[in-house]
Amino acid sequence: MSIIAQTASGEFLEGLKAIGAGLGYGLAAIGPGIGIGIVVGNAITAMARQPESAGTVRTTMFLGIAFTEALALIGFVVFILLLP
Amino acid sequence: MSILALDFPPVSHLFEWPNIWLDETIFAINKTVLIYFAAVILTAGLFWLGSRNKELVPSGIQHFAEGGVQFVEESVVMQTIGPDGKKFMPFLTTLFFFIFFTNIFEVIPGIQFPANSRMAMPILLAMLVWVIYNVVGVRSQGFFQYVKGSLFPPGVPKFLYILVTPIEFFSVFIIRPLSLAIRLWANMVAGHLLLVTFAVLSATLWSSTYIGAALPFTALVLFTGFEAFVAALQAFIFTILTAVYIGGALHPEH
Repeated sequence: MSIIAQTASGEFLEGLKAIGAGLGYGLAAIGPGIGIGIVVGNAITAMARQPESAGTVRTTMFLGIAFTEALALIGFVVFILLLP
Repeated sequence: MSILALDFPPVSHLFEWPNIWLDETIFAINKTVLIYFAAVILTAGLFWLGSRNKELVPSGIQHFAEGGVQFVEESVVMQTIGPDGKKFMPFLTTLFFFIFFTNIFEVIPGIQFPANSRMAMPILLAMLVWVIYNVVGVRSQGFFQYVKGSLFPPGVPKFLYILVTPIEFFSVFIIRPLSLAIRLWANMVAGHLLLVTFAVLSATLWSSTYIGAALPFTALVLFTGFEAFVAALQAFIFTILTAVYIGGALHPEH
């Protein structure tokens, strides 16, 4: 680490920052991606089994998506904040 | 910042607009503020025009206004609060249409800026919602009962309250308004960045190779339609989460 600190120029740090921001957003999107898939998949199963309850299921599905999606969005916010 | 040798404008240039009137005062007017004014006028005008001549068979603008009210009543209020949530209908309907109109400017040609991608309005609306659901909770249950119900959820073993109470405090009183605001803001920022990326790509490829712009321009048109959907969806999600929080304050768990 001391070698990096000695040779680190502004551009090198900028590059590391960009890599960190990109990786951060990518990693933050994995979990919510899987989560939204599970939420919507199960909602579709429920609607197919009981079409008469589709309205309630759809509302609950959007709620589930909103809560799951918040995690991905926080990753996105960090990505915006890291880039100058 | 240059990605793939494109002249991508810095992020601050996409969201910060110069003041055009009353410069250097706290009442400075820029494009974002003008969009807020337009959204207020549109929301007020929709319901003023819609309720001016009430006809039995609605048509035109009255049809649209009644459809919006009915949508909020059936798929937001009745699904989350129940029949006694009808007194929150004016607030929730106005909230839905105001957020929808501020968002939809993202895809209107010539303006193309979602005003909610500046944090000011989302955080203000979230603070308003925070005040409203807390006041509703205190008024319907009483202060101590409301705080006890929020911080000490029933059905949890006594010794777990050491762990549960701080988590509940953060999630009910701090995370809720923050996540409401961040969800709306970040979705609009992401949508705007997406459209800008494809617009810059199309423009650059058009000036170098004419035929190369076909693919990104098609994507731009498709994503514009998608963003119109996202604008409505985010307004819906903000409204429904508000209704869920009000419903939770109105009907405590037993």
